[in-house]
Formats: sequence, C-alpha cells, structure tokens
Amino acid sequence: MTVVFYLIAAITVAGGLAAVLLKNLVHCALAVTIAFGGIALLFLSLDAQFAGFVQILVYIGAVAILIVFAILLTRGSDVPKDGVFSPTWLTGVAIASAVFAVMGWAVINSVNAIPQLAAVPHVTVHDIGVALVGSYVLPLEIVALLLTAATVGAVIVAMHEKGGAE
Amino acid sequence: MTPLGGYLLVAALMFAIGLAGALVRRNAIMVLIGIELMLNSANLNFIAFWRYGTHPEALTGMMFAIFSIAVAAAEAAVGLGLVIAIYRHTHTTELDKINRMKG
Repeated sequence: MTVVFYLIAAITVAGGLAAVLLKNLVHCALAVTIAFGGIALLFLSLDAQFAGFVQILVYIGAVAILIVFAILLTRGSDVPKDGVFSPTWLTGVAIASAVFAVMGWAVINSVNAIPQLAAVPHVTVHDIGVALVGSYVLPLEIVALLLTAATVGAVIVAMHEKGGAE
Repeated sequence: MTPLGGYLLVAALMFAIGLAGALVRRNAIMVLIGIELMLNSANLNFIAFWRYGTHPEALTGMMFAIFSIAVAAAEAAVGLGLVIAIYRHTHTTELDKINRMKG
C-alpha cells in the first residue's frame, strides 16, 4: 500500500464518480476516460505492462472515441430539462451500496486467507505472444471471429433502413 | 490490509459505481458507460489475482483480462450501434421514453 497506489485509486474512483454524477454527457465521456486511464495505471502498478497498454489502446483509444461519436450522433450533449436521473434512482443507489457492502465485507474477511506472492512475476510480451498462439490459440480464433461478427453486426444495426417507416 | 486487498476493494468500489450508473441514469449511453466501468473493475480483479496469486508464469489471469477487453470492445461497438439505431427510430435515447417494443 504505497502513496502511488492511493493516488491512482483516488483518480480512478473520482473519474468513475464524476462519470456517473455529471449532467452533460460529453463531460461524462471525458470523466470515464479518466477512469479508464486510472485503471490502466493500476494495471501498470501491478506489473502487467502489456495489459496496461492494451487498456490504453482499446479503452482510451477506441471505446472512449466510440462513446463520444454516439453522444454527438444522438444529440445527447443537450442536458434534458426533467433531470438526468431516473425516478427510481434511490432504489438503484441502494442496490449499488448493498452490492459494494457485500463485496467489501467478503474481501476484508477473506483476503488474508489467500496465499500471496510478493515477488514480481517475470513475464515478457514474448511469453504472452507464445501463450496466445500456443495453448490459447482456440480462444484467440474465437475472439477474432467474435470481433468480425460484432463489426459487421454493428454496421448492419446502425445502417439506414431502406424504405422504412419514415 | 495486504496490497491484494487494496486492489480488490478499489475494484469493488468501481463495480458499485458502474452498477449505480447503469441503474440510475436515464440515458442509454450512460447505461453503456456504467457497464464498461463494471467490466473494467472485473479486469482489475483478474490482473490483481494474476499478480499476487500462485503461478503467475501460467498467465491465466492475464489472458482472461485480455480476452475480456476484446469482448468488451465488441460489446461497446454493438451496444452503441443499437443506441444509434433506436435514436433514429424514436428520436430519443431516454430509456423511460422507449417503452414500446413495436416502435
């Protein structure tokens, strides 16, 4: 538990909270980008360099841009007059607090029973590449197929309807 | 509190924030943002258990996190495409106004 960990954790949680609480959707997208960056820094502080840079590339580079595009295409940057929270927001906050209470209780009570190694694992990108085309080659192919299907599906779903109702 | 416990608590807090965002906000894009936050906190758990667990050289947690990031990217693309298609049809992304399945 170093000062660096507390700083990164505070940035991440603040980004997440701002993303949920801010009214303007463009500000929310910026705040969620900060939260994604904080998670990437947490990956780097866990000596998972490859996962950290993948997180930066995929989430900050692609998902955040996609969210901003969706907000601008749906004119979501106008703040609605009747509030951004649903009428049942109290129930949602209660459910989220209960989930956090249960998970925090479970973590605090059980984390000392898990064997934990302090040594830094020596894993290079070469090892990850060998594992990806070795023992994990079938999941890799399935993910490739899934990404292709998702790309085609997203284009077809968002395409203009030909001669539709309007 | 061990280092692993700290990371797990941060992940639990991020999951709760994402869940609150998905349940509380009225805009469909904000619900997707909340889901992305929840997926990210799950990835943080995978990486934390990989770092502090036994046999990190087996790369199990790392591989799970990488595949999870790939699936989450596909989910974000399809989800935002659906939001754009619904907006084109109903001219709104407020979830409590989208209450008809026949359009």
